[in-house]
Amino acid sequence: MCGIVGLFLKDKSLEPKLGEMLSSMLDVMCDRGPDSAGFAVYGAGEAGRVKLTLRGPEGYDFAALAEKLGSDVRLTERATHAVLSVPEASEADVRASIAKLAPEVTVVGAGARMELYKEVGLPTDVANRFKLAEMSGTHGIGHTRMATESAVTTNGAHPFSTGADQCLVHNGSLSNHRGVRRNLEREGVKIQTDNDSEVAAGYLTARMAKGRSLGEALEDSLNDLDGFYTFVVGTETGFGVLRDPIACKPAVMAETDEYVAFGSEYRALANLPGIENAKVWEPEPAKVYFWERAAA
Amino acid sequence: MNAGAQSNAFDLSHSTVRELNAALHGLKQGSNALFWRIAHPGGLHAIAAGVDAPVTIEIDGPVGYYCGGMNKQATILIKGSAGVGVAENMMSGLVHVEGDASQAAGATAHGGALIIDGNAAARCGISMKGIDIVVKGSVGHMSAFMAQAGTLTVFGDAGEALGDSIYEARLYVRGSVTSLGADCIEKEMRDEHKQQLFERFKLAGVDGQIDPSEFKRYGSARNLYHFHVDNASNY
Repeated sequence: MCGIVGLFLKDKSLEPKLGEMLSSMLDVMCDRGPDSAGFAVYGAGEAGRVKLTLRGPEGYDFAALAEKLGSDVRLTERATHAVLSVPEASEADVRASIAKLAPEVTVVGAGARMELYKEVGLPTDVANRFKLAEMSGTHGIGHTRMATESAVTTNGAHPFSTGADQCLVHNGSLSNHRGVRRNLEREGVKIQTDNDSEVAAGYLTARMAKGRSLGEALEDSLNDLDGFYTFVVGTETGFGVLRDPIACKPAVMAETDEYVAFGSEYRALANLPGIENAKVWEPEPAKVYFWERAAA
Repeated sequence: MNAGAQSNAFDLSHSTVRELNAALHGLKQGSNALFWRIAHPGGLHAIAAGVDAPVTIEIDGPVGYYCGGMNKQATILIKGSAGVGVAENMMSGLVHVEGDASQAAGATAHGGALIIDGNAAARCGISMKGIDIVVKGSVGHMSAFMAQAGTLTVFGDAGEALGDSIYEARLYVRGSVTSLGADCIEKEMRDEHKQQLFERFKLAGVDGQIDPSEFKRYGSARNLYHFHVDNASNY
C-alpha cells in the first residue's frame, strides 16, 4: 500500500515549521505503511559546502569518525544518522575516507541542502527518533512503507537519492525495473539496492544529468517506466508529482498561497494550517505537476 | 422541521467513525433524530456508510473513502471533497459533494442520486446499476465502465474510454469526450432524453440554467453483450 507525503512551502515564514508539518503528515500515514519510514528535508545550505547524510549501525560513534575526517568537517548527529558538512572541494576525499575508515557507514544522500533519514519501524517513532518536528526547510518529502517488491530493511526504505539534492518517494510497483536498471547500468548509473523505486530515482537522475529539467524528466518516465506509480520528487529548488496513466495509486493535493501539499489520502493534509480554504484536488493521471522556487 | 425533530451533533475529533456509524445504524423507524451534523471529518474513511433511515446528514469538510456507501434513504451533504468510492453501492437517497470526488464515485450503486459540484476522477459510475449521477465538472478515464442502468450526466468533459463495455445506462456529456470505450457510441438526443436530462438538472438545482440540447448522449451499441459468432476468436 504505502503512504507518501510532500510539502513545498511558498511562504518563507512557515519554513521553521516545515518539519513539524511534515511530521504530522507522516504520522497520519502510519496505517498505510507501518514497516519503515523515511523523509528528506531541504534545509539551510552554505555556499561552498556540501551536506552528506550518513547512516551507521545503532550506537555508532560518528564523532570519532568526523574527527578522523579532518578539521573542516562539521557534524550533526541524529540517532542512526549524521549530517556532515564538508567543503565542496573535499567531498570526494571525504567519501573515499569514509569508505576506507568506516565500511559500516553508508552515505544515503548528498547535496547542498538535502538531508535524508530513513529507518525501519513505525513512521511516528522514526520521525520522533530523528526529531523531524524540529527541522526547518523549504520543502520535504516522506514515505511510510508497506513492502511488496523487496525486503523490509533500511536500505529498502524510501526516499531514494541517486543524485545531489535529488530524492524520490514512490507508491506502487514498477514492472520493468530490471530492464531499466540494466540500461542505466550500461550508462554508468549505479543502483545500490534491489528496490524498484531506486531504479525510478536513478532514471530521473540520469535524465536530469542529460540536461532535462525535473518536469521533463518526469515526462520522459511516462514512456520508459511501466507499472503502478505515484512519485513525489524533490530537487534543490523543485518539487514534482507524477501518477501513472491509469492512476492506480491514490493521490490528493492541496494548494494555498502558503504551500503546496501532497498526500496519499486527504487525512495526511487535514491538520495543515489553512487547509479549510485550500484548493484540494486529485492530480490527474499522466500529468506532470511541479513547482520550482527561485534559487537562493 | 417536524415537531419534535432532533438535531444531533457529532464531532469526529472527539468520537470515532465507528461510534458515529453505530448511532446512525441504530436509528429506529420513526425516530425524531432527523438531522445530524458531523464536525471535523478530517478525511476519515467510511463516514455515514450503511445508513438506512430518512435522515439528513451534513458533514462539515472533506471525507475519505466510501462516504455514504450503501446508503439507503439518507440525504448526505459533504461540504468538501470526497475520497475514493463516495456513495458506492448506494440503494436510495441523495449524496451531494460540494468539492471534487476521487475515483469510483457512485460505483455499483443501484439507486438514489449523487451530485458532485466539482470534478470526479477516474471510473466515476463504474458498474452503476440504477443511480443517477450528476457531475458539474469533468469525469476521468473509464467512467461508466460496464454501466448497467441509471444516468451519468457530466457538465464538463469525459476522459478516455467513456462507457467501456456499457449495458443500458445513459450517459449525457456536455463537453468533449477524449475517447469512447468498447461498444459505447453516440446516440440521438430525442425529446424523451432532453426531458430526462431536464429532470437531472432539477435534481442538481440548475434547471432553467442549462440547455439540454448542449449535451450529447452516449450509450451501448449492444454489439458486445450478446454472443456473436464472428467475435468467437476474440474471447
